[in-house]
Amino acid sequence: MYTTDLRTKAQKAADAKDTGAKDEIVEASENEARFQARIDDEQFIEPKDWMPEPYRKTLVRQISQHAHSEIVGMLPEGNWISRAPSLRRKLILLAKVQDEAGHGLYLYSAAETLGVERGDLLEQLHTGKAKYSTIFNYPTLTWADIGAIGWLVDGAAVTNQIPLCRCSYGPYARAMVKVCKEESFHQRQGFEIMTVMMEGNAEQREMAQDAMNRWWWPSLMMFGPPDGDSPNSAQSMAWKIKRFSNDELRQRFIDATVPQAEAIGLTMPDPDLGFNEVTGHYEIGDLNWDEFWSVVKGEGHCNRDRLDARVEAYADGAWVREAAEAYAEKQKAKHAAA
Amino acid sequence: MSKGNWDLFEIFIRSKNGLSHKHVGSVHATDAEMAIENARDLYTRRMEGVSLWVVPSKSIVASDPGDMEHLFEPARDKVYRHPTFYKVPDNIENM
Amino acid sequence: MSNKDLYEYALSLGDNALILGQRLAEWCGHSPALELDIAVTNLSLDLIGEAQLYLDYAAEVEGEGKSADDLAYLRDCLKFRNYLLLEQPNKNWGRTTVRLFLYSTFMALYLEQLQNSKDEQLSAIAGKAIKEVLYHKRFSSEWMLRLGDGTDESKAYVQKGLEDMWRFTGELFAMSDGEKRLCEAGIAVDAASLEAPWNAEIDAILVEAGLIKPPSQAMIMGRFKGHHSEHLGHILSEMQFLQRAYPGAKW
Repeated sequence: MYTTDLRTKAQKAADAKDTGAKDEIVEASENEARFQARIDDEQFIEPKDWMPEPYRKTLVRQISQHAHSEIVGMLPEGNWISRAPSLRRKLILLAKVQDEAGHGLYLYSAAETLGVERGDLLEQLHTGKAKYSTIFNYPTLTWADIGAIGWLVDGAAVTNQIPLCRCSYGPYARAMVKVCKEESFHQRQGFEIMTVMMEGNAEQREMAQDAMNRWWWPSLMMFGPPDGDSPNSAQSMAWKIKRFSNDELRQRFIDATVPQAEAIGLTMPDPDLGFNEVTGHYEIGDLNWDEFWSVVKGEGHCNRDRLDARVEAYADGAWVREAAEAYAEKQKAKHAAA
Repeated sequence: MSKGNWDLFEIFIRSKNGLSHKHVGSVHATDAEMAIENARDLYTRRMEGVSLWVVPSKSIVASDPGDMEHLFEPARDKVYRHPTFYKVPDNIENM
Repeated sequence: MSNKDLYEYALSLGDNALILGQRLAEWCGHSPALELDIAVTNLSLDLIGEAQLYLDYAAEVEGEGKSADDLAYLRDCLKFRNYLLLEQPNKNWGRTTVRLFLYSTFMALYLEQLQNSKDEQLSAIAGKAIKEVLYHKRFSSEWMLRLGDGTDESKAYVQKGLEDMWRFTGELFAMSDGEKRLCEAGIAVDAASLEAPWNAEIDAILVEAGLIKPPSQAMIMGRFKGHHSEHLGHILSEMQFLQRAYPGAKW
């Protein structure tokens, strides 16, 4: 997911050591007890409220990673704006990719309420220090990929983001409310693309099925490692940043999506998939977590291209940002003199 | 290189005439005109507003959450400020 | 005046919006600041929306049962009627700003008159489009000032953009015989009459921005015959790829 903890083991250990030292200082403090009581009482925490340093750090990491995912997420779909097959599709895709930029901005704003600056967060993205969702390191090869991303990737994202609307940190929760509201059309437009292609000619159906085959597994991995391998989740749950476990959300998404795929005639790319009559849930085959971690490490298809594109845009745009700053300074000086 | 850490502006939107402006979030901009335009693009893409205020974030003075109790608690027991505090005879229908 | 004249006219209005919309969309995800990604996408959405309206109307006037998409996706270079200015590559934010500034300043004047067209459909589209174009003009004029009066580097970029784009501005005021006939019938705008007010508006901003207006020079024209620059072919080959590769498919 956009918000899965993508730090390596070494990073996690270092961060734990870092926050551990500060923890001792405030350990058993009254503040902390009062803070947890407020969380347990389902109250929102607001920017100026006292909060434990690890809570703040976790939020900065999660929210900024979420923001980076929105921004990098513009690239695979942006790849097809110039080739959208009708004016209507072009308008829809432009509006959708634009929404992602907007969601990135809402999220950077939410992160900034925690005392960090957006420019610094971007620098962490550009230097590879900060992560973004692995899903965007897969290529968009055909128009059907635009359908599959809207339907599966945005579908998975919404499944994760709806509970985040009740996250304990107020600015993050409010950003998520806005994001979820705006994203409601994203999944539908993707499913519509898939549906129309499945009703089309043989080549279109082949593209749609191929996109399904390529995007299904990475979409499931968006929810993050299985609960057993996700030790930090417990703390996030206690802080009510996270409300449901990775596996719970993944299951929710699978149960919703399989019937949709079948309804338009797509074959699920999983020979082990079956419906369990007793539990009322679908059961899937094994996920390839080695692939997931290799993409996290930067070995995915498009890691280098995506990061290069962001770094390049930022570097090429530096003179424009500087010009706007210089102009504003000159105007201020003029007004001061007048 | 410029990090684009432009000034923060808080954004208030009047969703339709007759309602007051409501805080919706913030934008970065180098000047007020740009702040209006960035806010327009970010917060009113779906016809959310008919009027915008942009206010430099540094101009906002906020109350301290630590003062919450002495600022706001004293209002709690002043129940006589609310109409439901008063008894109205049963035979009076509207008041 | 004939239906052919009106068809060509609606087509040219649509092609202008479409080609500039396509060009501006290239910035989405790659602009100098996240705020500008959103801004430039809005500009593109406005323009492609306008293109849809004009091309729908052109298709209706043509009366051969085609759609706006058929016109956008299944014509080749010789049949496109957009100004050459609009198909030029973006290159950088300075040049993109200059082009938008030159064009939207022109279109604001143009649409103000097209609103009074005796053709109800065109007048209605103009009434919608002018609101959008006035914003594009405001946005690009402000950026002309920021870049012109920003840093030495930004001034150099925007001055170069101005020099590169200037030779395409003469076409804005040239009218085909068909357009002249439509003009006499009170349908088309007399583009030639906009040259003086356009120059006055451009001059005012250039002076404020500290930029130098390029000297008068030979103007490059070609849209009436579809004699474009080399760039349009590449725009079309990309834009029309799916429709060309899978004829008749629905998307």
